[in-house]
Amino acid sequence: MRIDLDEIQSYISSNSHILDLGCGEGDLLLHLQEKKNITGVGLENDPNHIAQCILKGVNVVEHDLNKGLSHLANNSYDVVIMTLALQTMKSPDKVLDEMLRIGKECIITFPNFAYWKSRWHLLIHGRMPVSDLLPYEWYSTPNIHFCTVRDFEVLCHERGITILHNTVVARTRIDQYMTRWNKNLFGETAVYHLTR
Amino acid sequence: MPEDFPSNSIGIVTPQGHHFDQPLTLANGYTLDTYDIIYETYGTLNTARDNAVLICHALSGHHHAAGFHSKEDKRPGWWNHYIGPGKAIDTHRFFVVSLNNLGGCHGSTGPTSINPKTNKPWGSRFPTLRARDWVESQKRLADVLGIQQWAAIIGASLGGMQAMRWALEYPHKLRHCVSIAAALKLTAQNIAFNETARRAITSDPEFFDGDYLNHNTIPKHGLSIARMIGHITYLSDDGMGKKFGRELRSGSFQLGTDEPLEFEIESYLRYQGNVFSTVFDANTYILMTRALDYFDLAREYNDDPVAAFSHAQCQFLIFSFTSDWRFSPERSREIVNALLHAKKSVTYAEIESDYGHDAFLIPNERYHQAFRTYMQRIDISQSKKIDREDKHAH
Repeated sequence: MRIDLDEIQSYISSNSHILDLGCGEGDLLLHLQEKKNITGVGLENDPNHIAQCILKGVNVVEHDLNKGLSHLANNSYDVVIMTLALQTMKSPDKVLDEMLRIGKECIITFPNFAYWKSRWHLLIHGRMPVSDLLPYEWYSTPNIHFCTVRDFEVLCHERGITILHNTVVARTRIDQYMTRWNKNLFGETAVYHLTR
Repeated sequence: MPEDFPSNSIGIVTPQGHHFDQPLTLANGYTLDTYDIIYETYGTLNTARDNAVLICHALSGHHHAAGFHSKEDKRPGWWNHYIGPGKAIDTHRFFVVSLNNLGGCHGSTGPTSINPKTNKPWGSRFPTLRARDWVESQKRLADVLGIQQWAAIIGASLGGMQAMRWALEYPHKLRHCVSIAAALKLTAQNIAFNETARRAITSDPEFFDGDYLNHNTIPKHGLSIARMIGHITYLSDDGMGKKFGRELRSGSFQLGTDEPLEFEIESYLRYQGNVFSTVFDANTYILMTRALDYFDLAREYNDDPVAAFSHAQCQFLIFSFTSDWRFSPERSREIVNALLHAKKSVTYAEIESDYGHDAFLIPNERYHQAFRTYMQRIDISQSKKIDREDKHAH
């Protein structure tokens, strides 16, 4: 399981109706179905991922998120989730607005570009950071809109979005410990639980 | 099973018929006092009777969906790629029922049948039908077969529309609805194609206002043109281009020659039209296209598909094909969006294909895999199968 799934689960009430944007192979929805008895559906564009969802018994609808979400009704889901995909969107701010229109709450996770290893990579090597979590070269990466924890909070503030919970997670124990001191420097993945 | 057939074929199948004496009141108010339904079954019904799957055919389909009628049969049933042992609709798991719709021309009561009141073919007097009439007659067939609830009702095109109508008319009588290359209702353009096809038939001098059988003739030319028009709309521009391009069947463009020219596509369409016009009934074609035109899933729900689907209890699987412009992916997305709004369980895949509307019939790895995976997940009782001996007796 990806490192942020446990955090997400803690924000979700049992029996919720969930929309997972960019649901991948459906692991999060399956996990939530088993642990929280949720209903819901994932939107996904990759045929192989869709096949995996069907295999797991996770409802999945083929959809290119960059074509927008205007076809989905206001407040039609308890929670709209997007994990590690916001940075791949053409207009992340609009996606955020749409998520908060469609869902009563939303949960967003994204890779924190201000994580110290990214900063170190750029500082020492003078090149765009490439890591095992983000293994792409700059010219072929789907991640076109990186942001930092601080950037994201500025956006939420400007748009009047309420942050219900937020946390950052890191894979090493020392980093996770240090996030208490500075989330933006030691958090590898940010998790935000938001509402209007 | 003969050794000539591949292991994933059902082999020889035999159509069965059932005569219904109980009058059927149709959507148009007319009552059919008696009628016959011809059908085929593949696989075996389990003792819990919960593994039955209904196949709803499209415009020109019929009951013979899979297997062969004889060893000499050159072509298997129309959906043989998707129905059989180990296939998407796996006859090892499911008891598959495939019928010819009422109004058809392959054995079920239709315009070519004899009207018992006049002892003449029904012809133009055969009542117009709507999808709900088929649902009702299919439900009665289910009663005859002892099927209380279908594991799945599956159809493409007009068949997919019937499957959705089932989900609203008898919500508790199916667990899954698989609707492929279908629509909530036809667009104006789609109705326009159907009307052009109908006009081709009705303007044939041999049509005789639909009573051609009384004149011992058939409107062959009209029906053939109707089929040609339909056929164009079932293929995609790209698919047609790849298959035929501008290849010549005969003649040449050489300077100084004036021999008659024929493009491959002309010859192909003409052939398809001719074959169809001898095996299909013109009145049935008119009846089926009208049923398509009239279909509007949400009409009686204040034109609100979300309100319509709120009555459904089953889970939905929806497929569309990228190059299908007769029932485009956009139409399927309308179905999916309404299902999502109604908070129904839905899975949707848009399959890449060059084959246009016909893609639902044609082998396609992604489509087959997704379809099969979904079907494999449908819960059925693992009870002892009944009439197993019957199946192997063939």
